Amino acid sequence: MKTVVFRSLGQLVAFAMFIGLVGALAPGPAYRHLDAGLATIKLSLRHAGAPIAPCRERTAEELAQLAPNMRQSTVCPRERSPLVLELALDDRVVFDATLLPRGIHRDGRASVYQRLSVPAGDIDVKVRLKDDARIEGYQYQRTQRVKLAPADVLVIDFDAERGDFVFDGGSLPPRTMGHPAGGAE
Amino acid sequence: MLSALAAGLHRVEGLFDRAFEARFNPWYQLGALGFFFFWVATVSGVYLFIFFDTAIVGAFESVERITHEQWYLGGVMRSLHRYASGAMVVTVTLHLIREFVLGRFRGVRWFSWLSGVPLLWLLFAAGIGGYWLVWDRLAQFIAVATSEWIDWLPMFGDTLARNFLTDRSVSDRLFSLLVYLHIAIPLFLLIGMFIHVKRMKLARTTPARRLLYGTLAALVVLSIVRPAVSAGPADLSTTVAIVELDWLYLNTYPLLDSLGAGEVWGLLVSITTLLAVVPWLFPGEQSIEAAPAVVNPANCNGCGWCFKDCPYEAITMTPHSYKPELRQAVVDPDLCTACGICEGSCPSATPFRNVAELVSGIEMPAFPLDRLRLETERALAASNVPVVFVFGCERAFAVTGIESTDVRCLSLPCIGMLPPSFADYVARQDRVAGVLVTGCPPADCYFRKGSEWTEQRFKGDRMPHLRTLAGKSKVRVLWAAAHEGEVLERVLRTMRTAREDAA
Repeated sequence: MKTVVFRSLGQLVAFAMFIGLVGALAPGPAYRHLDAGLATIKLSLRHAGAPIAPCRERTAEELAQLAPNMRQSTVCPRERSPLVLELALDDRVVFDATLLPRGIHRDGRASVYQRLSVPAGDIDVKVRLKDDARIEGYQYQRTQRVKLAPADVLVIDFDAERGDFVFDGGSLPPRTMGHPAGGAE
Repeated sequence: MLSALAAGLHRVEGLFDRAFEARFNPWYQLGALGFFFFWVATVSGVYLFIFFDTAIVGAFESVERITHEQWYLGGVMRSLHRYASGAMVVTVTLHLIREFVLGRFRGVRWFSWLSGVPLLWLLFAAGIGGYWLVWDRLAQFIAVATSEWIDWLPMFGDTLARNFLTDRSVSDRLFSLLVYLHIAIPLFLLIGMFIHVKRMKLARTTPARRLLYGTLAALVVLSIVRPAVSAGPADLSTTVAIVELDWLYLNTYPLLDSLGAGEVWGLLVSITTLLAVVPWLFPGEQSIEAAPAVVNPANCNGCGWCFKDCPYEAITMTPHSYKPELRQAVVDPDLCTACGICEGSCPSATPFRNVAELVSGIEMPAFPLDRLRLETERALAASNVPVVFVFGCERAFAVTGIESTDVRCLSLPCIGMLPPSFADYVARQDRVAGVLVTGCPPADCYFRKGSEWTEQRFKGDRMPHLRTLAGKSKVRVLWAAAHEGEVLERVLRTMRTAREDAA
């Protein structure tokens, strides 16, 4: 009798320990992924730069060397320009990179995803993109003052069709500056 | 160091032996428990899938409905699904540690060890994918962190993390893919589990019934006391700053923050590689003891008992090399663990045979039948007083430690190597008061089936049976693990007392 009671108690304790362990760890103690008072900026874009060089006309000799069905007079390079992307927060550059196009022939889109933790509050965001190696300076730029609450996420993307940066998240006052086309600053 | 760890492990197992008895001890059935938890997660998962909305907008609501509107079944099922999955991680981890500490990865066991390593990745992938589907704040944290983590790999050209930039960028199509992955990965896991036990005959994939019911009841209790709930709907416009993690499945995620994605990949690949090469890093001593069994065709009558008893399917039966209409055993040396269980099963393995050279149909080069009889006689001859004779197992309690003038011992690589006729041979001696046969508890036999088959042979349930003119009461079978010397000594005392009373 004594053995049965001892064994039953022992089994109860063992089962309790087991489910206690599983129950305590799934879910378990809270984990802080982002410190208090911080917000997040995600800079992410996927964009194909302009062709690395202009199209050109083939010479008569070049055309003669080609098979008759391949004799197109204009030839354009497949390779795309690398993207030069810069992000500055409150006039301090926090990201500056040259993004190479994907693919063996460097003819694909370049992409980037960068997550930054920043102090919450008002921030002057300035983002610039150069996507044409033949032109000096940046082709696209946007400057925006944003207000980020703690844990807010501001997503900065690039809309190639509109040729402009897209800001999503936080509190965005009316747009302050930006030029989607043409010249350098 | 491994032996010190093994001693500690045996001490813990000893406590569980006391509470559960050896045959229900969960430590001896960790692999089987892993299978059991897999099935609990599968059944509960199928139930949840019936009510689950696989679209991104409906996933969270559908899980909420399952959890709260039918808490009595849906809620319990969801909790069972989560806790069974968590319990599987616990048992699989303990299983891995235990097999390592006890050296059960050496020799031909490399296959089971190595095939188990990729299962760890599949298990974690299945569990992490499941959390993702709830699409709550925890799922959001996992989705963002996992996609950033995977994006580190150069093969992912376009960034996965872009799928989770805003709520609008999460597509139903991606979510459906995740649902199918959560079904496909466990299926691959199941196939892997099948391969993992493939080389073992009669692999234990179901725990002892009492343990199974107890564990299931414990999981149900946990599901009712602490039901699994969601952590609020996902909202990608804010970062998940604090999250209650499942530390069983998601323990690498904090490392992503502290170390970085590349470092965590490096760490996991290093751990995996290290685990994979364990059988070759710690090969153990290569001695004649590990030499595979050999068949002596002249003494093999093709009965097939060794074929039935080999726990590793190392023996096949083929037509006899020169005896027409008879079969003959053939040993595959790549599968033989040198346990000697086949020698114990051979009908020609009897010490009573009056032949010039005692050879059985199948035997171990390191411990042939002739040596077995010689050492038995030598152990008996070492004392001239009435004795209790103990046949023991090197992997269980070390019987040589209790040897004395009136207790003579012979330790074998596995007790399954002992043909029952040897117990009769010894018991017939006038000055032998009793024969004690001992080894690992059947639930935890180092060579899987040695103790179980021996018990059945001595009970008369398996060939070759114990037949003795000395009376079966003179022969006792008692299982004692390495830490259970007390039990053995208690029984020895009883046998001695009985002998003295009889005298």
